[in-house]
Amino acid sequence: MPEIRNMTMNFGPQHPAAHGVLRLVLEMDGEVIERADPHIGLLHRATEKLAESKPYNQSIGYMDRLDYVSMMCNEHAYVLAIEKLLGITPPVRARYIRVMFDEITRVLNHLMWLGAHGLDIGAMSMFLYCFREREDLMDCYEAVSGTRMHATYYRPGGVYRDLPAEMPRYQETSNRSRAEVKKLNEKRQGSLLDFIAAFVERFPGCIDEYETLLTDNRIWKQRTVGIGVVPPERAIELGFTGPMLRGSGVEWDLRRKQPYEVYDQLDFAIPVGVNGDCYDRYLVRVEEMRQSTAIISQCVDWLRDNPGPVIIDDHKLVPPQRETMKDDMESLIHHFKLFTEGYCVPEGEVYAAVEHPKGEFGIYLVSDGANKPYRLKVRAPGFVHLSSLDEMVQGHMLADVVAMIGTQDIVFGEIDR
Amino acid sequence: MDTLLNDLRERLGAKIVRDKLETGQLTIEVKAADITEVCLVLRDDEALAFNQLSDLCGLDYLSYGKADWETRDTTRTGFSRGVSQGVYIDTPDIEDRFAVVYHLLSLKHNRRLRVRSFVSGQPPKIASVTPIWAGANWFEREAFDLFGILFDGHPDLRRILTDYGFRGHPFRKDFPLEGNVEVRYDPEEGRVVYQPVSIKNRVLVPKTIRQDNRYTGSGESRGG
Repeated sequence: MPEIRNMTMNFGPQHPAAHGVLRLVLEMDGEVIERADPHIGLLHRATEKLAESKPYNQSIGYMDRLDYVSMMCNEHAYVLAIEKLLGITPPVRARYIRVMFDEITRVLNHLMWLGAHGLDIGAMSMFLYCFREREDLMDCYEAVSGTRMHATYYRPGGVYRDLPAEMPRYQETSNRSRAEVKKLNEKRQGSLLDFIAAFVERFPGCIDEYETLLTDNRIWKQRTVGIGVVPPERAIELGFTGPMLRGSGVEWDLRRKQPYEVYDQLDFAIPVGVNGDCYDRYLVRVEEMRQSTAIISQCVDWLRDNPGPVIIDDHKLVPPQRETMKDDMESLIHHFKLFTEGYCVPEGEVYAAVEHPKGEFGIYLVSDGANKPYRLKVRAPGFVHLSSLDEMVQGHMLADVVAMIGTQDIVFGEIDR
Repeated sequence: MDTLLNDLRERLGAKIVRDKLETGQLTIEVKAADITEVCLVLRDDEALAFNQLSDLCGLDYLSYGKADWETRDTTRTGFSRGVSQGVYIDTPDIEDRFAVVYHLLSLKHNRRLRVRSFVSGQPPKIASVTPIWAGANWFEREAFDLFGILFDGHPDLRRILTDYGFRGHPFRKDFPLEGNVEVRYDPEEGRVVYQPVSIKNRVLVPKTIRQDNRYTGSGESRGG
């Protein structure tokens, strides 16, 4: 009789279903997985160390590049940490804008997740539908910050600038005819808020479309129901947060439990799962998109009625208006000091966490009173979730690994940092 | 938060070396030798019930409070120039250089707690909390990788973020920002080779410490 041995298989780092640069070493007994050893760090850029060498504001852009599909939420945790140490509170309009963009980001993230997760386990068309809607939300990013992804829009003390009164429009070019441009610009006649309001009205219908394709789909359910079950107690022990924890039936959401910004004044529900499997986590995330839409809509209404400042009026922290720099010595000095040296944050330490689309995204900031962080630690939800992959996949088939990676909503920017 | 501190004092007593409340967040400091005992109480006591470890990280206090640019005292020649390369000399014997910081969360009471423990020794060593919170596994691997802190009793203490065969602990303050080695493809040898780094670190903005009393309401010095 021949000797039977377990087979060790390498998965990734160049694998389309690895969601980036995950290398998995799988120990297989036939097609059943006995042990999974994720090798991470292939995208390690030492963001935390880089932040130690730069003034506070220069690291906001690095935050976008952590979880590069939910950019503004990363920034949010970082600026919250700085604000807590400085003891400042942004104006209420800035807080509404932040909440609105956090939720836009959540929808962006969940759309990316749904598309990629669907693609991984056989629902090819989901990817196309999800990316269609993502396009509009990216346009919102572009309208406020000038970039479609890495916005660097949040600042300690508020947001960089107010919402534009006009949505940017397409221009006629040699390869884009007038009729085409007119059609593209139909949705862009009003302000950014009008554009978002139109999206919010349309989007629940889109979610219904996704659900028609997936929720009762036999193949989808065969791939996700009963796969990767995590009991609630175990989920807490492993450090799960966000939809991974709520999918197991634990009602825990920082927006509700430890509200920041204006979440305590908004009306929304926290969906939870029952079985803690991939299917329940799918349902939780889809419902979260609906809830986010409701939050965005409430923010749009409030922002329409309440104009006001969007960043604190303190030029020790926030650069003065460019016009005033031309004839006001004080403004010129403030501007010069801010952009050459930055501001010093008082000595102390703080942990600020936000309910990121993937879970609890925390920033632990230690300051020794300098103009640069002494130590910055990013608590990335994906890092914790991926560490449990070994436990989740044991006893499952090889094909389920892909479902598991998908359900964890892994992005390597934040895991490797 | 006061009730939390009272609860902690009642149960841990003299094990709390120091405690501090800042920006509404409580930090307690415990001795490295006590960490397992303290963490078990924190997790299992009904009134505390810190059932989740949110975060665990290493910290290197080597250059704490040291600025590149003297701004408080002027000399006859004026302010000092910010010319430091941002690298500090490795002084392993320094007392209280490394610390491990635990961020705990109690889902039951909706409270957070930060626990800090200074680790000493060469290499610095502390008991692992992986048996207490399963989620600590990768966090401890990371702290080992980046700071070289050993976690006694960890099931699988390997490097996690750095390259295969990496040398040194990059987040220590004496590790240069640009690193020690770089890789390139060597066409003669037909493979990727490692060589000493060819770039130099430029400090664009020197680290400056200024006391701006407007914002000092929330922070105090580390010693309390």
